[in-house]
Amino acid sequence: MEVSVTVNGIARSADVEPRTLLVHYLRDVLGLTGTNVGCDTSSCGACTVLVDGRSAKSCTLLAAQVDGADVTTIEGLAGADGLHPMQQAFHECHALQCGYCTPGMVMAAVSLTDEYDDLDAAGVREGLEGNLCRCTGYQNIVAAVLAAGE
Amino acid sequence: MIPAAVDYVRADSAEAAIAALAEAGDEAKLLAGGQSLVPLMRLRLATPSVLVDIGRLDGLSGISIEGDTVGIGALTTHSTLEHSADLAAACPLLAHVAGQVGDPAVRHRGTLGGSLAHADPASDLPAAVLALGGTLVVAGPGGSREIAATDFFTGFLESALGADELLTEVRVPVSTGGWCYQKFNRRAQDWAIVGVAVAEGGAGVALVNMGSTPMRAAGVEAAVAGGASAVDAAAVAADGTEPPTDNNADGDYRAHLSRVLTERALTAAGA
Repeated sequence: MEVSVTVNGIARSADVEPRTLLVHYLRDVLGLTGTNVGCDTSSCGACTVLVDGRSAKSCTLLAAQVDGADVTTIEGLAGADGLHPMQQAFHECHALQCGYCTPGMVMAAVSLTDEYDDLDAAGVREGLEGNLCRCTGYQNIVAAVLAAGE
Repeated sequence: MIPAAVDYVRADSAEAAIAALAEAGDEAKLLAGGQSLVPLMRLRLATPSVLVDIGRLDGLSGISIEGDTVGIGALTTHSTLEHSADLAAACPLLAHVAGQVGDPAVRHRGTLGGSLAHADPASDLPAAVLALGGTLVVAGPGGSREIAATDFFTGFLESALGADELLTEVRVPVSTGGWCYQKFNRRAQDWAIVGVAVAEGGAGVALVNMGSTPMRAAGVEAAVAGGASAVDAAAVAADGTEPPTDNNADGDYRAHLSRVLTERALTAAGA
């Protein structure tokens, strides 16, 4: 079936099987490999992207479900004038070690800070409960999200 | 992991969805937000032959409050419920419980109707709708009918929904009396090991993950109605239940949890 999605502002279209997951559409069909596959069980959030501006786990959506939608991946976050403020904050706060969770963590954080006002550290931790990091721990990630919101 | 091959139909109306279900037979599945179904398909625990995607049907989403009744379109997302000021005022238990489901990314896509139709005894929202004494409106080839939430959950992941029926709306009473939702889990974003929803100061009490279906705690409700204290009413929370044993907890532990959580919930709700 034909699935058309605007990805990072560019209209894309491809003929895929109905069972194709959005994450595979992004990675294998469009070659956008910034979105990672982690747990494959909807738990870890490494595959988080924005669908119409809100975080979604791209391993838990069929590409067909987002036909016609706007999808933003980590590749589409930086603008012409440099990194997105959330990316910059992750950089400055050293909110990553191996970096595998980082694309999903950043996308979830962008959605979270857009959705909830006046987040404190506890709110960030709860809001990122769907994104797992197995190496740095969460201290600097929480610091980065708070810094980006300032 | 990749789902098994499946045919896909995008319905552009409720009638078209019902017709597609009728045509496809009982190997078809409705797809709404997909937050329960897609993971099961990925694990190949679910291998439907046809997916009927109702995710973008008009008119099945939104919250309306008329008189004493809150009507919620089946496709309304958990995120919408969680953030609705109108729902928080009219039925704070439901708004709160919606915010306890999964994580934000799941709540952006998951729907109230999908959660109920999935009929998972470990899910949060069925217990809230049971405690509130809600009603489910379903549409089928012969028109629509209403099913009381207490009659809806018939077995593990099984409901009174017919193979060619579509859940269209969930109705709950305006409920601003004492309420509480107690959810006990040990991992972020996980399902409740046990949960307890209390509405109207204990007039409605429902249990999460205490058997093969979401269930009302009728004994607790009767005790509260009879004037029992929170402690005494909670003592019968596990009576008549068959809580499962799994990696998280054995049945006896769940029974204990249900009593402890029910006492906390009743106390918080002012019972």
